[in-house]
Amino acid sequence: MEDNVKKIMHVMRRAPHGSIYTYEGLEMILIMAAYEQDLSIAFIGDGVYALKKNQDTEGISMKGFAKTFMALDGYDVEKLYVDRVSLEERGLTEDDLLVDVELLDSVEIGRRMTEQDVVIHH
Amino acid sequence: MSHRFLATILNSDKVKIGILLKEGPYNHQAADTAYKFAEAAIKKGHTVDAVFLYNDGVINATNLTDPPQDDRNIADRWSKMAKEHGVEILACIAASKRRGITDDIMIDGGSITGLGTLTDIAIRNDRLLTFGD
Amino acid sequence: MLHTINTSPFESPAMEECIRFVQQGDPVLFIENGVYAVQNGNRFTDAIAALQKTSPVYALQPDLDARGISIVAPGVKGIGYDGFVDLVEAHQVNSWL
Repeated sequence: MEDNVKKIMHVMRRAPHGSIYTYEGLEMILIMAAYEQDLSIAFIGDGVYALKKNQDTEGISMKGFAKTFMALDGYDVEKLYVDRVSLEERGLTEDDLLVDVELLDSVEIGRRMTEQDVVIHH
Repeated sequence: MSHRFLATILNSDKVKIGILLKEGPYNHQAADTAYKFAEAAIKKGHTVDAVFLYNDGVINATNLTDPPQDDRNIADRWSKMAKEHGVEILACIAASKRRGITDDIMIDGGSITGLGTLTDIAIRNDRLLTFGD
Repeated sequence: MLHTINTSPFESPAMEECIRFVQQGDPVLFIENGVYAVQNGNRFTDAIAALQKTSPVYALQPDLDARGISIVAPGVKGIGYDGFVDLVEAHQVNSWL
């Protein structure tokens, strides 16, 4: 890998819709994807709710962005990690999620975090 | 030993730092911590390349704020840091448009730019620090 | 990698989340409302002691002072903004907002 390619991890930690962080975080990820860096996204804590199936935001007059997460693949953002504990403690399983992810233990996500040049929480 | 070589050795432990600031002024301490950190880093001889304002952080860049005399002036502090230390103060255009921040009301030394610039900042610096809620 | 935590553990799960991902030897720095975690004798004092078995733990002294926290959990080191800069010089940063 070239020297000027940086490893950048985005960490989604908040539930969607209640605040703008997830949505603007996603906008940041989409722009960064165009720069051909080594991007990954980790979903931790309430961040896992961003990937929940069946979100319908019509009634709250907000633009839904669940579909954008499904489109990340097309932007070559393929490294999606979900924290197993966060998912389980919310009573969710992989079947509840919109996209294919890697379900990982905290230790493994932590190990991948330490390999990063940049980590940005949203 | 040439001066340039000496300078390289002396600066070998110095880092180039970018800052991402995700909260507006006053409502949250993030803008204060980011400023105090940047100030300390500059004092130690490190380079603070840019402060990129995102989410409500873009509100740091308006010159319309007018806090009470006995309070810190957060916008002025950023403006001074930009002028005195060459720190770029950059507000994200998409986040700014949502929040009514425009070129017309930009603090001296601040400017509006795109998220591509943040990516450049992440690439060209040794560190990218995030401050926010 | 330096981990920073800026929210009170009474308000936010950030500290508990962060601790699960911290790797052995990684320093942890509490700033802003995060410093309430290291006030000695609160219900997180045991967690701070456990964390220190594998990680050095720091708290930003001006934030402790601002909040009237004079006695911190054993082993926690108070540092200034210059100490924060030194940690950043030595480590990549992971801010658990």
